[in-house]
Amino acid sequence: MSTPLQAAALRSLPDLRARHPEAFRRLPRGRALGLAALLAALALLGLGLWRLEIAPGRLLSGFGQLLGFLGLMLPPDPGSWSRCLLILHGLGETVAIAFLGTLLAALIAFPLGFLAARNTTMSRIVRFASRRLLDGIRGIDALIWALIWVGVVGLGPFAGLLAIMTSDIGTFGKLFSEAIEAADRRPVEGIAATGGGAPQRIRYGILPQVLPVMAGQVLYLFESNTRSSTIIGIVGAGGIGLYLAEMIRTLEWQAVSFIVLLILLVVAAIDALSSRLRAAIAGEATRQGA
Amino acid sequence: MPTTLPRLPAARLAPLALAYDGAVRLRRRRLLLGTAVVLLLALLAGRVAEVDPARLLAEGGGFFGYFDRLLTLESGPAVGQRVWMDPAEWLWGWRGWLGQLGDTLLIAYVGTLLGAAGAFLLGLLAAANLVPNPWARGAVRRLLEVCRTVPDLVFALVFVIAFGLGPLPGVLAIAIHSLGALGKLFSEIVENIEMRPVEGAAAAGAAWPAMVRYAVLPQVLPGFAGYALLRFEINVRQASVMGFVGAGGIGQDLIEAIRKFYYNDVAALLLIIIATVIAIDLATERLRHALIGAEDRA
Repeated sequence: MSTPLQAAALRSLPDLRARHPEAFRRLPRGRALGLAALLAALALLGLGLWRLEIAPGRLLSGFGQLLGFLGLMLPPDPGSWSRCLLILHGLGETVAIAFLGTLLAALIAFPLGFLAARNTTMSRIVRFASRRLLDGIRGIDALIWALIWVGVVGLGPFAGLLAIMTSDIGTFGKLFSEAIEAADRRPVEGIAATGGGAPQRIRYGILPQVLPVMAGQVLYLFESNTRSSTIIGIVGAGGIGLYLAEMIRTLEWQAVSFIVLLILLVVAAIDALSSRLRAAIAGEATRQGA
Repeated sequence: MPTTLPRLPAARLAPLALAYDGAVRLRRRRLLLGTAVVLLLALLAGRVAEVDPARLLAEGGGFFGYFDRLLTLESGPAVGQRVWMDPAEWLWGWRGWLGQLGDTLLIAYVGTLLGAAGAFLLGLLAAANLVPNPWARGAVRRLLEVCRTVPDLVFALVFVIAFGLGPLPGVLAIAIHSLGALGKLFSEIVENIEMRPVEGAAAAGAAWPAMVRYAVLPQVLPGFAGYALLRFEINVRQASVMGFVGAGGIGQDLIEAIRKFYYNDVAALLLIIIATVIAIDLATERLRHALIGAEDRA
């Protein structure tokens, strides 16, 4: 059963086919490319599954065990009052490590950012060297830095603080230098035109533009550092990670869920605080700009 | 030719200066107050974190000394010299290390792919413009939040107990953490799409899957791919420490070398990791730029 409209469409089909051969190809070029990429990705996935020994049987039994653990985690319970105090102290250490580590890293990275930015550096060699230094620092995970610092200053939260600080210097240096490079050139030129030297150009031309951006980045990283400093305790660098790893290894699931819950709460609180502060800073910056 | 700027007489300058002081006083006071609060918090944090500048001064040299030792050959014919003088001695285990490095990259790849696939689904379900039901959306969002906030090493610790030692728990930990992080980003992309194709598809009678396939997917795919690539870069770094808790990859060799004070091995492994991370950084950056370019052309 075909309607007149359908019949008319079918009649004009050969003509359409002749006019737009590309649209009628069974496999358009873009589609074929996408399909090839997909096949390559799947082949690599297959290689990974084979090489990493990921078998369905192992997965099933593991997930069964996980469900059992989840059942044992309820209700969250630290076990005893003294252990609860210990956990709270660990949490305090974690927040202190994140706060001070971020702050010190920002202070150290501040001059480095200027050296690594194209418009404020002294020479291309300095810029290149400082960029590679920052890349190298960033390439090493905070946990590895923690291991190194534990070797230098011994076990404890001080090593964790130094680790967070070191790994953040790389991140901050990169972010700061990008902010400086994105700064508007005109204020700098104006100051140069009135006879200002390099220090004045940076102080009055660039700093007012980049400080709010940097403050926002510091707050953002403080938040993400609170997350990462919960784990550096695993290698003995202070904070709540030590207790968490211990509780997991001794299968005290109720205490594990208690600690995880506390971490979620603290991270949510810091998240809320830092986003409010960031909004306030952004508001201030736009008001000044207006 | 010297020029002199005319200077206002003091009688006219004074009220102007006073007005300026008044205008900036409030800002100065707030800045001072903010600095004082931050300093106070820093002191408190320093007490809690057992900061000990004296120890840092005494042992701080040890930090550079450590790197000095890392880079000094401990055995072989060129003992005592810098490691690069005798690469064969320094990089003696390169075959095994490169294998471990390959495993690490595969862990990151498989974890990112699984996480991105899950995040694709959950990101659509967490978007306000596609799922109007606030309860379903809220549940998905809370789940993503938990996956994102719990560090992947904690997942790895638990999974090592459930699945046994090896790369499998590492893959799963990275997948779950990526699921949380990417799910949030994906849902933000979906919430910013143009709604007219969606309405068009719905008006033409498309069911939810067809609507997503033809109205949403073409708009969001480049953004999804860009974020997934960025995540892969982060995950390579994460996969390099998964071995610390027994979850596979090059981290296992690294922590063993650090704990047993095989200084030259530590240096070699760090070099391999840093070089890989930088190479992946550059490669994904180029891929992402290509993606953005393709998007602009489309």
